[in-house]
Amino acid sequence: MDQQVLLPLLLSVIGAATPLLLAAIGELVTEKAGVLNLGVEGMMLSGAVLGFAATVATGSPALGILAAAAGGIALALGFGVLTLTLMANQVAAGLALTIFGIGLSALVGADFVGMPVEPLAKLDLPVLTELPVVGPLLFHHDALVYLSLLLTGGVALFLRRGRGGLVLRAVGESAEAAHSLGYHVVRVRYLAVAFGGLTSGLAGAYLSLSYTPMWAEGMTGGRGWIALALVAFASWRPGRVLLGAYLFGGVGILQLYAQGAGGIGVPSQVMSMLPYVATIVILTVIAAGRWRGRLDAPACLGKPFRPST
Amino acid sequence: MSVRIERRPAPSRLLMAVTPLLAVALTVVTGFLLFLLLGFDAGRALWEFFVVPVSTLYDLAELGVKAAPLIIIATGLALGFRANVWNIGAEGQLTVGALCAGGLALAFWQQEGVWILPVMVVAGVAGGLAWAAIPAFLKTRFGVNEILVSLMLTYVALLLLSTLVYGPLKDPEGFNFPQSRLFSGSAQLPILLEGTRLHLGVPVALAVALTGWVLLARGFIGFQLRVLGLAPAAARYAGFSRGRLTWFCLLASGGLAGLAGAFEVAGPIGQLVPELTPGYGFTAIIVAFLGRLHPLGIIPAGLLVALSYIGGDNAQISVGLPQAVTGVFQGLLLFFLLASDFLFRYRLRLTAGREARA
Repeated sequence: MDQQVLLPLLLSVIGAATPLLLAAIGELVTEKAGVLNLGVEGMMLSGAVLGFAATVATGSPALGILAAAAGGIALALGFGVLTLTLMANQVAAGLALTIFGIGLSALVGADFVGMPVEPLAKLDLPVLTELPVVGPLLFHHDALVYLSLLLTGGVALFLRRGRGGLVLRAVGESAEAAHSLGYHVVRVRYLAVAFGGLTSGLAGAYLSLSYTPMWAEGMTGGRGWIALALVAFASWRPGRVLLGAYLFGGVGILQLYAQGAGGIGVPSQVMSMLPYVATIVILTVIAAGRWRGRLDAPACLGKPFRPST
Repeated sequence: MSVRIERRPAPSRLLMAVTPLLAVALTVVTGFLLFLLLGFDAGRALWEFFVVPVSTLYDLAELGVKAAPLIIIATGLALGFRANVWNIGAEGQLTVGALCAGGLALAFWQQEGVWILPVMVVAGVAGGLAWAAIPAFLKTRFGVNEILVSLMLTYVALLLLSTLVYGPLKDPEGFNFPQSRLFSGSAQLPILLEGTRLHLGVPVALAVALTGWVLLARGFIGFQLRVLGLAPAAARYAGFSRGRLTWFCLLASGGLAGLAGAFEVAGPIGQLVPELTPGYGFTAIIVAFLGRLHPLGIIPAGLLVALSYIGGDNAQISVGLPQAVTGVFQGLLLFFLLASDFLFRYRLRLTAGREARA
C-alpha cells in the first residue's frame, strides 16, 4: 500500500479513536473511584449537541467545546446526586442518564439538523508539521486530538505518581478504609464522576465539531457503550485504554474501507459486529486467562458508600 | 438547626407506594417547564401526551399492545435485578427471539395451520434463551461481567437482524425494501377486540406478571433470589448456588424477552423489519424499577410507560416535538423515581446544632 492510501487511512483511525479515548479515559477515572456510570452514551450525545449549538450560536469553536464540557459535567453531577448523595442504584441511574441524554439531545438539536459548521481548525506546529509523512500524521490535528493524548498521559501519571491518585484508588478499592483515614469518599467520587462527564462531553464535541462536523440524532452510534467496554477491556489501565481505543478505531475504519473497496464477500453489518464481538472475546480471555489475578477491577466498583456517622 | 439524614429501621411501605406517584408528578412538571423553555406549546404537548392516548377505545387497546412487551420483559428482568444479576441486553434477546419466530413464519409462509403459531412462540423463547445463555455461561464459567456482555450482544443481534432483513430474508416481491414478506394468517396472533390491534399477547403479559409474582412471593426460587440480592453471605451460608441462580435469572429474562419478540412480530408488526421496537428491551428496565421490581407494580408501570410512547407519537404529529422526547420523559421518570426512593429508605430529621453529614 503506498503513501497515498496509507496516510488517509491512518488519519481516519486517529479520528475514530479520539472520541473513544476521550470518553474511556474519563470513565476509567470514574470507575477507579468505585463508581460505575453507564450514562456515557447520554453524556456524549449531550456534549455533541451542546458543542454544536454553542459553536453555531457564538461562532466560536472554543466556546462550543466549553459548552460541551459543561454539559457533560452537569449531567454527570446529576448522576452524582442520585447515586452518591441519594444512594440510588448506579446501574439504574446510569441507564436513566443514557436514555435521558439521547432524548434531550434530540430535543435540543431538532433545529440544528442539517446545518453546516466549520470543522475544528488543525493546530500546526512550526517545523514539525512540515516533516514528510510524520508531519501530517502526527502534527496536523485539532486541539481535541492532542488533548485526548495529553489527558491520557496525565491520568496515567496522576494514578501512578500523584498523592491524589493514591486517594482516588483507595476510595475505589476500599471506601471504608479511605473514610477511616479521614478522606472524603463522597467528595472524591463527585470529582471523579464530574471528570468522567467532562471527557464524555469533549468526546461528543469531537464527533459533532471535527469527526463529522454536523449534528444528527443519535450520532454517537453506540460509541459510549464501546468506551465503557474499553475500560474493562483495558483492565482499568490508561495505557491499555489508549491501545484499545486505537485498536477499536482501526477495526471500525478497516470495515469502512473494506466496504468501499467493493466488500470482501461479507455483508457490512457482519463487519460492524466485530468491535462488539472482539470486546466479549477479550473480556473472556482476560477473565479466564492466566492474567486472572491482575484483572484489577476496583474492589468497590458499583457499591454505594455512606459514612456511618 | 441542621438537617440530619438517618436510615429508617425498615423501609416505609406507605412511601414505597406513594413515591412512584410523586415521581410521575415531578416528571410532568419538569416536562412542562422543559417544553416552555424550548418554545413548544407546552400545555398542548402535555394534553397530547397524557390525555389523548386514553380517550378512545382504539387508543386504550394500543396502550395494551405497547404495554404487553414491556410487562413481559420487565417481569423477567425484575427477577434478576432482585438478585443483583444485571441483564441489560433484553433488547438483543427480544431481537433474536423475533428473528427465530419470524424465520419460522417465513419458512412456512405458504402454509396454514393452527400449529404454526405455537411453534413460533416456542422458537422465540428458545432464541431469547440462547442469546441470554451466552452471558450466563461467561459469567458463571469465567466471571465475565454480564452487563457488558449482554449489552454488546444487543448490538450484535440488531446487526444480525439487519443482515438478514437486507439479505436472505428480504421479500423477493418487495421492490427491494428492507423488509420480509408479510406473515401468513396462521402466523399472526388472533385479534381479541374487533377494530383494534389488541392481540392475544396482552392477556398473556398479565399472566406472565401474575406468575412472576407467585414465583417471587411464594416459590422457593423467589426466596433464594431475594436472599441472594439482600444478603449474599447468608445465601452462600444457606447453600444457595450463586451460579445456578445466575443461570436462572438470565434464562428467565432472556426467554421472556424472546417471547415478547415473538409476540411483536406475530402481532402488531406481522413481518420482519430492521427496527422491530422503539427500544422496548431498554425501556423495560425503567418499567422494572418503576414497578419496584415487583410484578404487580410492573403492570401499572408498563401501562404508564406505554402511554409515554403513544403520547410521544401524538406530540410529534400535532406539536412537532421530536419523537425522542419520549426518552426525555422516560429518563426523567426514572431519575425522579430513584431520587424519591431515598425517601422511604432514609428520613430527614431536624436537629439542633450538629453539622449534617451528607
